[in-house]
Amino acid sequence: MQTPTDPTYLAAELRLPTNWLDYTILGIYFLVVLGIGFAARRSVKTSLDFFLSGRSLPAWVTGLAFVAANLGATEILGMAANSAQYGVYTTHWYWIGAIPAMVFLGLVMMPFYYGSKVRSVPEFLLLRFDKASHLLSSALFAIAAILIAGVNLYALAIVVEALLGWPEWVAIVVAGFFVLAYITLGGLSSAIYNEVLQFFVILAGLIPITILGLKKVGGWDGLSDSLSANHGSDFMTAWGGTGIGSDNPLGANWLTIVLGLGFVLSFGYWTTNFAEVQRALSAKNLSAAKRTPLIAAFPKIFIVFVVMIPGLVAAVLVPKIGTPGSDLQYNDAIPYLMQQLLPNGVLGIAVTGLLAAFMAGMAANISSFNTVFTTDIWQKYVEKGREDAYYVRFGRLITVIGVLASIGTAFLASSFSNIMSYLQTLFSFFNVPMFVVFIIGMFWKRASMKSGFWGLVAGTTAAMVNYFVIYKQGIIDIPSDQGANFVSAIAGFVAGAVVMVAVSLFTKPKPVTELQGLVYGTTSPGMSEAPSEGDDAWYRKPALLGWGAVVLAAACYIPFSF
Amino acid sequence: MSDSYSDKNVHDEVTELETQSVTAARLFDIRRIIGGLFVVYGVIVTIAGFAASDNDIDKAQGVNINLWTGLGMLILGLFFLAWLKLRPTAPPPPPLEEEPKD
Repeated sequence: MQTPTDPTYLAAELRLPTNWLDYTILGIYFLVVLGIGFAARRSVKTSLDFFLSGRSLPAWVTGLAFVAANLGATEILGMAANSAQYGVYTTHWYWIGAIPAMVFLGLVMMPFYYGSKVRSVPEFLLLRFDKASHLLSSALFAIAAILIAGVNLYALAIVVEALLGWPEWVAIVVAGFFVLAYITLGGLSSAIYNEVLQFFVILAGLIPITILGLKKVGGWDGLSDSLSANHGSDFMTAWGGTGIGSDNPLGANWLTIVLGLGFVLSFGYWTTNFAEVQRALSAKNLSAAKRTPLIAAFPKIFIVFVVMIPGLVAAVLVPKIGTPGSDLQYNDAIPYLMQQLLPNGVLGIAVTGLLAAFMAGMAANISSFNTVFTTDIWQKYVEKGREDAYYVRFGRLITVIGVLASIGTAFLASSFSNIMSYLQTLFSFFNVPMFVVFIIGMFWKRASMKSGFWGLVAGTTAAMVNYFVIYKQGIIDIPSDQGANFVSAIAGFVAGAVVMVAVSLFTKPKPVTELQGLVYGTTSPGMSEAPSEGDDAWYRKPALLGWGAVVLAAACYIPFSF
Repeated sequence: MSDSYSDKNVHDEVTELETQSVTAARLFDIRRIIGGLFVVYGVIVTIAGFAASDNDIDKAQGVNINLWTGLGMLILGLFFLAWLKLRPTAPPPPPLEEEPKD
């Protein structure tokens, strides 16, 4: 193993040695992105085309878009940062913190979502509960989407400034313009197609970094030995040191990991975050919709390796990373390895993949924001009953406004050092109560119309109070932000559930005739559609795909558990 | 109906829009774009691999990473083009399709 060069020198200059070759590769990508927007434009006629691709896309496309919408650059840099800071614990965000929820979405929830023909997650609440819960969830989602799009833009600007030397405002304007252009032109189809493309480009960038990084530190054994020596042996295990009461860097025990991350946060994110669910709703039939998150689960299981290993390698090469003794932040792990290891050519691919991932992370939020704002807020409460072409025009206009607003909110991200922590904090406030309301609404017929709204309010409030008052004011001592997120999520879930049950007992239930196809145990015409030709092939059986993913994820834990 | 929004409204509205949707008929096949882009990238990066300097190879821990990544991308691109060739885009379903019978 080589001794790392002086870290302060490295950090001052994280600038990549890009040349014309790398810029050519980047330039080609930007042209293709715009080309997709222009080419997809002719497929937009109705609002359903613009917001949901006319519910006509094949499962492999929606599945890869489903995983790519989550594989934004904040996720990639943030998870590498997590790995450099917490070690192999990062696998929890993938194997227990994603796969079970994705499988649940595909197998259990999708018939209700897709079969009821709703166009958005809030619209489902409108059918199941009432206008109050619908308007609240639509508004919360719209705000969160803009905030997260802003986080992406801000993160892009600092990374691009460090790596390529562009001033921050240039990066923001260029990336904002391209996202604006291709979504305004082609709507969701162009967002999804770009996500599929980005999925392959980002992997083409991350795989070489992972392989060369491993080689540099002497393979997996070299990596494992030096990290165990520096950080203790628990650093290289998934569950080591997570007993209740024992101390670990994550600040969480197995119970808060399983309940907080694996159940509440993960199910909240994957099953009710419209930026994800929207991809499945654009599938061409119920079978394809069910398979969307299941197909996405398989790449998701393995993506952790190309994100975690670079983070671990960076922790070996720069032992002081993330501490005051080093200028390198945890988030710099992947850029640092790009600079150290990649020659021009592959470097261009990696830079392109990173920029593509930033844009896709932003685009997923913008394309879901414009849908919710148009169909759930504008069309239902402001300008009702206009002709369909009006809502297409309005969708394009609100896309422009959304991009501008996210530029304005980019600065909000600046007060958190670990971007992932910031995102998780937001999700625990917005998604957790949504998940409570969904799960109770889908499985309990008695849950009354009013209970949805009060569940949302109580859950959001409880999560925020737990995080900002009880944790931040030090009333309860939780060792890290991540650990506090898990606990806040559990608090939000419990508060939401208790309030929903209480309100339901004192208010009248929704008539059973209006619950068809919305609650477990009922059916609607859309749920019984005959499978299309070829969908009965064994490898397209949702149950097999789903359980296969769960078994595979569980098996992946074995080498990291002992 | 009071405060509740009827299931029927959304269902009928979306069903109506589905019959007018043109995405299935007009949207191009993404396999062509992935295939084309990765063939182009594959060729560029493979050439960079053939022209790699000793510096490039030393930096990448003695691996000619451009060559291998380039070839990998070329194969992926060709895979997508071959897939498109072997199983072309299915023709869009005729408009106002009859409900399938059991």
